[in-house]
Amino acid sequence: MATAFLQSIDFKLYARPDSELLPSGIPGFDAELGGIPRGSVTDIYGPASSGRTSLLLALLAQATAGEEFCAVVDASDAFDPMSAVAAGVAIERLLWIRSGGNAEHALKAADLLLQAGGFGLVAMDLGDIAPETARRISLASWYRLRRAVENTPTALVVVERGPLARACATLALECARDRMQWSGAPGCSQLLRSVTFAAERRKPLRPASAAFEARMRLDLQR
Amino acid sequence: MFACLHAAGAGALLLACAQDFSPQVEETGTDTVILDIDGLGNLFGTVHDIAHAMARRAGFPVNIAIASNPDAAFHAARGFEGISIVPEGDEAKFLASLPLTLLSPAEDMAETLASWGIRTFRDLDALPDLGVAARLGEEGVRLQKLARGKSSRPLRPVIAPPRFEESMELEYPVDLLEPLLFVLGRLLGDVCARLEERALAAIELHLRLQLENAGEHARAIRLPVPMRSARVFLKLLELDLEKHPPAAPIVRVTLAAEPAKPRLTQNGLFIPLAPEPEKLELTLARIAAVVGEGNVGSPEMVDTHRPGAYHMRPFGKSQQRTGKRAYPAVLAFRVFRPPLVAKVQGNFISAPGIRGKIVQQAGPWRTSGEWWTPAAWARDEWDVALSDGALYRIYCDADTGRWFIEGSYD
Repeated sequence: MATAFLQSIDFKLYARPDSELLPSGIPGFDAELGGIPRGSVTDIYGPASSGRTSLLLALLAQATAGEEFCAVVDASDAFDPMSAVAAGVAIERLLWIRSGGNAEHALKAADLLLQAGGFGLVAMDLGDIAPETARRISLASWYRLRRAVENTPTALVVVERGPLARACATLALECARDRMQWSGAPGCSQLLRSVTFAAERRKPLRPASAAFEARMRLDLQR
Repeated sequence: MFACLHAAGAGALLLACAQDFSPQVEETGTDTVILDIDGLGNLFGTVHDIAHAMARRAGFPVNIAIASNPDAAFHAARGFEGISIVPEGDEAKFLASLPLTLLSPAEDMAETLASWGIRTFRDLDALPDLGVAARLGEEGVRLQKLARGKSSRPLRPVIAPPRFEESMELEYPVDLLEPLLFVLGRLLGDVCARLEERALAAIELHLRLQLENAGEHARAIRLPVPMRSARVFLKLLELDLEKHPPAAPIVRVTLAAEPAKPRLTQNGLFIPLAPEPEKLELTLARIAAVVGEGNVGSPEMVDTHRPGAYHMRPFGKSQQRTGKRAYPAVLAFRVFRPPLVAKVQGNFISAPGIRGKIVQQAGPWRTSGEWWTPAAWARDEWDVALSDGALYRIYCDADTGRWFIEGSYD
């Protein structure tokens, strides 16, 4: 009888609909990768000077330009408001939370923000947290964040040195520095003009990469 | 039945006296009040007893008149000295001797009546109704009714501005937060219910805790938008009291809410996502309890050339449309707070966690400012690319000659 009942059910596999993407405003990046998904965790990782923060600021600028509220949970107190303004971030729509190097506090703050809802982008900056401290964050914490952001229009971005969210991240981008553009004569009148970065998609495993150029701030073009 | 109290130049005292007897008090003039005394007989006895009780309570000479309608009581109090009881049904006879000026007729009406030889209530009462209506119109009929003591109108009671304040004396001093929250929960419930009755919300909460050592602990919570949720208020007060606990056990709790019109917003299909103010306030208070009060907010640029200067302001105060546009990627800077003390030897730099050879450099650029203040700065800056692959901004402090790494380009 049970078999007959099971046979009567028309089993179908429903594909999960594609998430809405939040563009970065960087043409090359958006053309190749489309943006970052909302309702998911995105890992942006790489060593120092690999373009992680430049990419994050571009995403924040794009979201705030669309009148959305954003939050940066800054575990290492490294956020530079001047850079944000230069990148076009509307800082009056930006909530900045400094957790003073405490990754646990940063996770808790991010969790509370996601529970409250209403933010277009929540960024957790763990970029300067020591790798041994970052590795101590339990997988359960990342699952909790993933559950909190699921089915919401919020994009959760984690900036770090190495992939931390791993299985919980829908998109993982590895950033690396490609080349630097200096102008002037070496040694005396050189100027750092721009740096070209490369972002490579590591998850999902469909090969894609994008290169983008980050220019020096206008006020620092000395 | 209605009582009227009249005493020249004692308006506020009369009002206070009348409100001791009845909640239905009309402030008819600057020196006259009328109150509804129905039901006072059970407390004081006859109307004479009520009138004498009022005279005793006033404590100064006051004309008191009791009548079946407010206007008859009003005219009797203004026309006769002391206590007057206007018998029901005989108002016209009782008021007959009063001068017509008490009715305050309009100038042309007063002139007409004077020319007819009408000087008292009795004279006006004696005129035929139809004749008065035909010659003096509606106003004449009204004055005649007043002169006969037959008018009928409802009382227009004074409504005191509502106070959204609740207080509770505790049976024993409370020194723990949890029992205090029970008390606060009840007071907040009452305050919110009263706000809801009047379709209002609270924009500011004031908590006053009277302490066992005769001191007082006062806290005020300013809300970003008017709210009326007892649950949210309780959590905000809990978080605030956790951060700012009173110095001694509490013996009395007073809670007041500053009323404001509730926020009325209608969300549209095309309005971008925004956090709900009630939830946001609670979330920010919770986060502030975790990371510290000064670490939550919106950055704001300061009008100075000092590198890295900013100011934190409360988040959510500015909700206007920004009209900003995003720019192409700009090289971001990550700040080391505080700057890392570095050692520079030839082309090598070392600092905690950073070590490498300078492979490319740009600089120096000298910046200085605020030399007229104790917080003056002067320094030479370089952008350097190290052999570890990272780009840093380093500077040498002109006063001390020490080297620092300010941050990295990322």
